[in-house]
Amino acid sequence: MKEIMQGNAAIARGAWEAGVRVAAAYPGTPSSEILKDVADNYPEIYAEWSPNEMIAVQVASGAAVAGARAMASMKHVGMNVAADAVMTLAYTGIKGGFMIVVADDPNVHSSQNEQDSRNWARFGKVPMLEPGDAQECLDFTKAAYDISEKFDTPVFLRTVTRIAHADSLVQTGKRVESKMPLGLDPKEAPKYVMVPAHVRPRRKAVEERMKKLEAFADKTKLNKMEINSKTYGIIASGSAYMYAKEVFPEYSFLKLGMVWPLPKKMIDTFFKTVKKVYIIEELDPFFETEIRAMGYKVFHGKDIIPNMYELSPEIVEAAVKGKAYKAPKLRVKPEDLPRRPPNLCAGCSHRPLFYALKKAGAFVFGDIGCYTLAVAPPISALHTTICMGAGGGMAHGASKAMGKDFLGKVVAVLGDSTFLHSGVLPLMNAAYNKGNTTTIVLDNRITGMTGHQEHAGTGFTVRGEVANQVDYKEIGKAVGIKEANIRYVDPYNIKETMEVVKEEMNKDEASLILCKDSPCMLLRRANPLKKFKNPLYAVNMDKCRGCKMCLEINCPAISWKEGAGQTADGQKRKGTAYINPDQCVGCEVCVQVCKFDAIEPAKK
Amino acid sequence: MKKDEKTTNIFLSGVGGQGAILASNILGEVFIRAGYDVKKAEVHGMAQRGGDVTTHFRYGKKVYSPIIKYGDVDFLLSFELLEALRYINWVKPDGKIVINTQEILPPSVSLGMMQYPQGVPETFKKFFKENVHVVDGLGIAKQLGNLQAQNVVLVGAFSNFFPKIKESFFIDAIKKLLAPKLHDLNIKAFEAGKKAL
Repeated sequence: MKEIMQGNAAIARGAWEAGVRVAAAYPGTPSSEILKDVADNYPEIYAEWSPNEMIAVQVASGAAVAGARAMASMKHVGMNVAADAVMTLAYTGIKGGFMIVVADDPNVHSSQNEQDSRNWARFGKVPMLEPGDAQECLDFTKAAYDISEKFDTPVFLRTVTRIAHADSLVQTGKRVESKMPLGLDPKEAPKYVMVPAHVRPRRKAVEERMKKLEAFADKTKLNKMEINSKTYGIIASGSAYMYAKEVFPEYSFLKLGMVWPLPKKMIDTFFKTVKKVYIIEELDPFFETEIRAMGYKVFHGKDIIPNMYELSPEIVEAAVKGKAYKAPKLRVKPEDLPRRPPNLCAGCSHRPLFYALKKAGAFVFGDIGCYTLAVAPPISALHTTICMGAGGGMAHGASKAMGKDFLGKVVAVLGDSTFLHSGVLPLMNAAYNKGNTTTIVLDNRITGMTGHQEHAGTGFTVRGEVANQVDYKEIGKAVGIKEANIRYVDPYNIKETMEVVKEEMNKDEASLILCKDSPCMLLRRANPLKKFKNPLYAVNMDKCRGCKMCLEINCPAISWKEGAGQTADGQKRKGTAYINPDQCVGCEVCVQVCKFDAIEPAKK
Repeated sequence: MKKDEKTTNIFLSGVGGQGAILASNILGEVFIRAGYDVKKAEVHGMAQRGGDVTTHFRYGKKVYSPIIKYGDVDFLLSFELLEALRYINWVKPDGKIVINTQEILPPSVSLGMMQYPQGVPETFKKFFKENVHVVDGLGIAKQLGNLQAQNVVLVGAFSNFFPKIKESFFIDAIKKLLAPKLHDLNIKAFEAGKKAL
């Protein structure tokens, strides 16, 4: 019987079947499950969470140069981080097969931008495969390793959210060990040392390789032609193919499994066989630009298909039919319903920390993580989010631009995993270039947002083995932060946190503030509730004045109950706060915010 | 196209933490055992942080798109009242619906800025008449002594829509996806849910 498998799990399975020995990644939605699945299920593969995507590529490519099959996986923005390595690895080539998985997120379900990673393939002159379901995730992964070794090149495997996070049936196979012997050959330095004299011949090798890959593209079964209609045909790949095939099964299709380089002869045949050819692509007009440049007359492409967000069967249907999708009659207007945005968990240490920053009047240069949620009202205490590690550098630049009159106004905030990913160097820069920024590391002992992945600061590897644990204070000292300017705060103590933050922001020197003893509420092994004195708090109805101050912290356990009344001492009120005992964990943040001592310990 | 070659669309909606993902995984195991092609898609990311969770689940002879066309839902299984109402427009006029009675307040309601929608089951009944089934999943799970089993209670109720699918497929799926110590509880939860409709 076939198994039902997520796209990411099928990639992990494919890597295992292909004989992969080394897999490295940094978590990022929708790619994170690949490495976790490798670590959980395939002991033959060495697996690691690397500090960032660049290092994941370095690790995997090193393994490949030593003759092993290797994989690096990441989300689309991770590829931006890894690009420096990848663009030159395209020149050197590899020895053992080397695949880079890059998972795009059309419609930005959980990302800071929307990129079409197919552009990397053309830009870097690296072949790219794009699967359309879990079976193809497995099959194309195996194909990627054969292509990689046959043509001496890294190979990209591109997915999107609806492939990475979709489950479908998969026929699995057995692991086949690679026949490539392991070893390092010093005589190969001209291939791997990219000094100009070596680069030029490799540059030529890249072009020759692309020619061979173009010929291969016309022969490989990764690309397939399905001729049904002689009138209408569609060129598509991955998810877009699935949507188009769903709504126009009677059309002809040229399904591109290898999206770079393109199969020129096949495209020519398709245009000669089918009169009216649509090119349907999610995100950029990648095929369309190339195919139009080849001189073909495309019937329709991006003139009717959106170049942003996700496609869907109804978007494709409406675009091709040229009339609005026949939507069912509206029964309820969805825009009238309360939205359900994600929120920081009850008890989360980010909540009091950002409340303190708000009270301190700080402009917060933020970063990527759960704490980005602090942008949402009513907390509204995060003011920039660009990319991993950006906050530190931007805070430094802003402080330099504004001068000393603005001292005490700016802070950079990032999580532990983000700090180790790319936050250390901005800190070093602030110390070196006589900056005065205050950097706060929200150390919750895990990579939180992507679903709890280990990193160099957690003390565990991806397989749960005990590992070295980074000492953030020592990092601060080593990059030049004065010891007096490295402070620990307990974020659950709002007043104390605010005072420390203010002190450090007002110093004309770079500072580092570390959150202590504040693990993620969902990280069971850290026993996050242990530190709370009482497991539960409740609103004393004799005292609650209905001032709504406790609602300002946006705790999911606290809600507003409408209803006129009065306190025991006769103060009139329009309603009261209510603490849901099923959700309260006893963090006491609301207790500190309440001006009337109306929130008191209760029994679970 | 023959009737049994048609792809059937199931939409699941709920709130992070309610176990909707496990419910869709159970359905996956069930329908592959019944010999169908299956595809399902969900958006992960921040669901643990209290956001809404939806799963597109499709089975048939051969399924291409992992996501359902807007308005093409044959069966809606919703874990939460507001999250049921949010997707009411997705359901075909003759679609069948199971709604759990649990209410989980979103922030705008907790903060007193918006009203939680009232009379959700009645709204559904206005459009879908006798095809709407309301289940107190949490109440049933509470009686069984474990609130976590609510998702399997709802799967049990939902299973009534598929009389041709063997019950043993559901039991096998529960056994495959849950730890052995949870088997008895969840099989009971499934049976209790099945009787609730």
